[in-house]
Amino acid sequence: MAGAASSRVLDGAGPCDHGKVNVLLRNPRREIEIDGPITVVNLLSRLDLNRESVLVIRDGELVAGDATLADSESIEIRPVISGGHR
Amino acid sequence: MKCVTCRGPAVIDIRRHNANFCAEHFLEQCRRQVAKAIDEFDMIRPGDRVLVAVSGGKDSLAVWDLLRELGYDADGLYVGLGIGEYSETSGGYARRFATEHDLTLLEVDLRDTYGYDIPTGSRAARRAPCSACGLTKRHLFDAAALDGGYDVLVTGHNLDDEAAVLFGNTLHWQTEYLGRQLPVLPARDGFPKKVKPLVRLTERESAAYCIVKGIDYLVDECPMAAGNKHLVYKAALNDIERASPGAKHAFYFGFLARASERFAEEAEEDRGDLHACPTCGAPTTADTCAFCRLVEKAGGSLGTSVAVSLGRRNSQVVS
Repeated sequence: MAGAASSRVLDGAGPCDHGKVNVLLRNPRREIEIDGPITVVNLLSRLDLNRESVLVIRDGELVAGDATLADSESIEIRPVISGGHR
Repeated sequence: MKCVTCRGPAVIDIRRHNANFCAEHFLEQCRRQVAKAIDEFDMIRPGDRVLVAVSGGKDSLAVWDLLRELGYDADGLYVGLGIGEYSETSGGYARRFATEHDLTLLEVDLRDTYGYDIPTGSRAARRAPCSACGLTKRHLFDAAALDGGYDVLVTGHNLDDEAAVLFGNTLHWQTEYLGRQLPVLPARDGFPKKVKPLVRLTERESAAYCIVKGIDYLVDECPMAAGNKHLVYKAALNDIERASPGAKHAFYFGFLARASERFAEEAEEDRGDLHACPTCGAPTTADTCAFCRLVEKAGGSLGTSVAVSLGRRNSQVVS
């Protein structure tokens, strides 16, 4: 998934400080780097993620789909789908 | 992207409403949708004593907060399921929310009270973990609501949950289940009234509500839910939703408006001859209820009463 987006896995890495968008993914928790600048919609598309299934968060706040993520920014892509027979 | 209400910068798009919202007006939209669901389906009446089933996840904390915002005085109920670190963490989120908002949180610990937990219970009873968990929670929620004298039991089921269950029941034509898949189940035959105020909100919206409100919730998925069919159904429905915004809403609310009544008779027949379980008193159509059978197979024991520890406002222990 991330390979096509010229990213690499950075297990446990801290915020990116060398010109890429640092992306935290969950379940399982992992971090990748993506070339920026890139809009949220394009980032999700590049990672083949359905916008209905995730939210993008930056500094604890939601980021709109048309927002552009600049190099060196850190964001979280949080899945919102929970399972189990409830 | 601009807010449909104030034209300020939007933080979220809701494609099925063809609308974007800023943080303030998104919260207003969530309150409006929940108030509409409560009103439309006559979920909660003034003066009702309300109990919310709280897991520490986004949906249950969102619904508890939304009820509070809408002026309902609701207590919470947390069930410790004994799923290792996951349960310990989830309980922490529920307790923290209750403490921060000065709300009452009742707690039942499955292992302490009934001598088993979900991992051991599901293995012993040869039930899928989610099945053993669902059965256990339904029994304990019902018992706590009735024992505590609550008029309404609230759960955090959202539009995605209901659409996924409907999808599964339709896929397998489980007509007896289709007849009782409603946002409100009235109190009857020893069951409390159960309501789902989040049915007009998607999972994405309940998660967004928590983030915008600063509600800390357990993000990690239950380790025992991997491979659950409901996750597959939800993913399939979200693929459809992506291509056709509003599809989940149309599927579920169309069913309620035009189809559910057609299955009511079969659901009624499926209830069969309900009587009190000789062991615990819960309604059942079998000799012994499914919960008591699970407890027995798991090597647990039935407490003579539900041990409940009360939260911040009432800090005594009832047993």
